[in-house]
Amino acid sequence: MLKKLCKKMFSKSIWVYHCNTGACNGCDIEILNILTPFYDVERFGIKLVASPRHADAMLISGAVTRPTLPLVKRAYEAIPNPKLVFAIGSCATGGGAWFDTYNVTGGVDKVLSSVNYYIPGCPPRPEAILYGVALALGLVDKQAAPVELKQMEFPIDMYERNEAWEKRNVIYELLK
Amino acid sequence: MWLTSKIKQILMVMKPGVVTLNYPAERPPVPKNLRGQPVWDHQKCIGCGGCSDHCPSRCILTRDVCQELRVMLYDGSRCTYCGRCADVCPEGAITMSNSFEIACDNKEDITTRLELFMMTCQRCGRCYEMEKTNAIDRINLKGFRYDNLEQRAMVRKTTETFSPDMLKESDNYQRPSEK
Repeated sequence: MLKKLCKKMFSKSIWVYHCNTGACNGCDIEILNILTPFYDVERFGIKLVASPRHADAMLISGAVTRPTLPLVKRAYEAIPNPKLVFAIGSCATGGGAWFDTYNVTGGVDKVLSSVNYYIPGCPPRPEAILYGVALALGLVDKQAAPVELKQMEFPIDMYERNEAWEKRNVIYELLK
Repeated sequence: MWLTSKIKQILMVMKPGVVTLNYPAERPPVPKNLRGQPVWDHQKCIGCGGCSDHCPSRCILTRDVCQELRVMLYDGSRCTYCGRCADVCPEGAITMSNSFEIACDNKEDITTRLELFMMTCQRCGRCYEMEKTNAIDRINLKGFRYDNLEQRAMVRKTTETFSPDMLKESDNYQRPSEK
């Protein structure tokens, strides 16, 4: 669905506004790296622009810190609709190692209403960013999938049993 | 004059050839020491929780659902790929794979969920309050409890009401084999 919309809306070049929201510059260097001739992202028609008003997509790197929070919101609102948001690096996707500190809001998705693509990595490799871009353009398929591993199948349904036990022994909770 | 200089320029450009990597079409081999997404081997994991203690971004969560079951959740969204968990793991159950193409549109796609069977105290089980639900449970709990399902025929069962059949069954429970 999103892919189809992307193909329709962004069939031509995506102009990208790069927004550092308190990153350590690692992700920014990798973003600049994909603009170099080796990883040449302009093959896909992606171009870095200086103003959010010219942009179609926003690359956000860094956990959104408290001072940059209103600025990020303003930059996001300045981008004309429809817009894409890429969260680049583990700070932007989930807050990184500072996800619960006092001056960090912890991830772009807590600030902006919608984040379209997450590119984790600390910093992500330039190939990983290219992969995310290609994913948005519909050139590659998504590889990541949630993994569930079980050591063994339980004959008894442990969850239900635990819940039943908790219900039976409410008094222990009250005594604590 | 300008024409010759242009030709010179073109020759200069021709000399190094194309350097651009045609990335999504051709994928070069990843470097040897790359730390990508950590991968769990659920058969080796003993559920000590060392990885979740040492994780700098606290992205490995440990949840004890009940006494026998421990759920380890790896939230890849804030993982910094430092490899600390793989260093710390005593059993070598965590390896840093070289998969970095993990861009996604949903954060749930980069999570791992491990359900581990935790071996409990093999004596009376008196120290765990989960055991002392009722008298029937205590009768039922005779002998040992095992962490290897293949070697044994017994799984501790509890019923709301006392069933004499189950008590009779418990006489045939096998002891764990010596290794």
